[in-house]
Amino acid sequence: MIPALSIENLFKEYASGFQALKGISLEVKHGDFFALLGPNGAGKSTTIGIICSLVAKTGGKVVVYGTDIDEDFAGAKKNIGIVPQEFNFNMFEQAFDIVVNQAGYYGMSRELAVQRAEQYLRELGLWEKRNVPSRMLSGGMKRRLLIARALVHNPRLLILDEPTAGVDIEMRRSMWDFLKKLNEQGTTIILTTHYLEEAEALCRNIAIINHGEIVENSSMRDLLRRVQREVFIFDTVDELPEVVTVGGFEVRRVDDRTLEIEVEKGQHINEVFAGLNQANIRISSMRNRANRLEEMFVRLVEGAA
Amino acid sequence: MSLQEQWVALMTILRKEIKRYLRIWTQTLLPSAITMSLYFVIFGSLIGSRIGEMGGFTYMQFVVPGLIMMAIVTNSYSNVVSSFFGSKFNHSVEELLVSPTPNYIILLGYVIGGVSRGLLVAVIVTVVAMFFTDLHMHSFTVVVAIVLMTSILFALAGFINAVYANNFDDISIIPTFVLTPLIYLGGVFYSMDLLPDFWAAVSKLNPLVYVVNAFRYGVLGVSDVSLSVAFGMIGVFTAMAWFYSMHLLNTGKRLRQ
Repeated sequence: MIPALSIENLFKEYASGFQALKGISLEVKHGDFFALLGPNGAGKSTTIGIICSLVAKTGGKVVVYGTDIDEDFAGAKKNIGIVPQEFNFNMFEQAFDIVVNQAGYYGMSRELAVQRAEQYLRELGLWEKRNVPSRMLSGGMKRRLLIARALVHNPRLLILDEPTAGVDIEMRRSMWDFLKKLNEQGTTIILTTHYLEEAEALCRNIAIINHGEIVENSSMRDLLRRVQREVFIFDTVDELPEVVTVGGFEVRRVDDRTLEIEVEKGQHINEVFAGLNQANIRISSMRNRANRLEEMFVRLVEGAA
Repeated sequence: MSLQEQWVALMTILRKEIKRYLRIWTQTLLPSAITMSLYFVIFGSLIGSRIGEMGGFTYMQFVVPGLIMMAIVTNSYSNVVSSFFGSKFNHSVEELLVSPTPNYIILLGYVIGGVSRGLLVAVIVTVVAMFFTDLHMHSFTVVVAIVLMTSILFALAGFINAVYANNFDDISIIPTFVLTPLIYLGGVFYSMDLLPDFWAAVSKLNPLVYVVNAFRYGVLGVSDVSLSVAFGMIGVFTAMAWFYSMHLLNTGKRLRQ
């Protein structure tokens, strides 16, 4: 099957001489939910900008569903929907007009545009606000409006650049559900986010970009399997003694009722509980200090630095 | 994009543009009507009655074509410069740039939007002028042709200004320091015959001289410059502005990183 997106040896050098991208290559399969992660300034938004024509590349090849952007950019653009990081709509226009106009730019008849705008505004809970100038919408509503606008021409590839930035937990969860459903219906999704638990929860494949280079490109499962070390936090029922030892594990006493224990790859959490039982320490709750993807992300990004 | 899809995209841009200037009509349509009424009262009635005839017409009749053309020029220009720069400033231009809409449709949409405002204001100003003087049309064809060409030319100029502008000051510099002096020195208020030979020759470097005189010919049947030269000059300037605007869009200068 034709990949949704194929990038080969992509370069971007600005007039100042700064190299934002140093020959990155990656492929996103049709139907994938793909995470493109990296620290600030790594080159994620530059890559996205090139794919959707807001940034001019200085070298390399980008093919969207078999269409090379150098040969038929208009054809490639028909397959792409973009949800940018910043709110980039006219704040004086009404939500409904923003979505309908976007459909018009893709050549969709007014009748179909109105129909699709209603469909997506309803699905994203914005229908009641359709006649409100976009500046009057809350931050979460503006984010959802960006998604409705990006979907109005039914793109096969949806690119989301930090879609849940500044959105409350409840709204974020509902956006996750919406995106999952969209992906299940066949839309390929590329997601950039700084919320790594979001990428872990949604994405099947992942690329990590740092200093304009891909430092990791694999499936989420393989990447997480490679996590060498996890740190767990244990809350205890009773007050802890001054010195705590749990056989074979590195233990840190955080306070009177909190312990941090490192579990290396190959060790098992059961052994931790066995050691805690042996030391007569009763546990009321436990959690990861950071999620596994975050641990891996930090290791990869710091390793490449 | 098929031709039909391009037509839909063009109509979308145009509808958005017209809706924009109608929504803020107190800023876009009303000021020209008020300003021109003041010109008619002060220069036409009060001062004009003491000036007497110019070019064989009352002073009021003489200045009306120039003032209508002044309204067309400033409104076509300012509509595109403010709308396109505004969309650049709030990044909503990206809605168009990420879409498959061809660049010439984008340009055409903004230009027709500017032309439509120029024409609408011209109608308003003409109606206001009719309260002050009798207007006759010497050549309907010349009037229509020159109005369309001029509004297209200045809409394109507004587009170029918007592409280069970095802030809101930059979109008022050209109208204030270039356009207004050129209009005032373009023979709106006087005949070239009144100028010494040297300044009359210098004036012929001013494109507004051709615009104002060609329009005055269409209305009154008199002109300080040859009509064919006027059309030729405006045509050349318009073609240059079109190709330069397309070059800016195709290269993405100041629009794409």
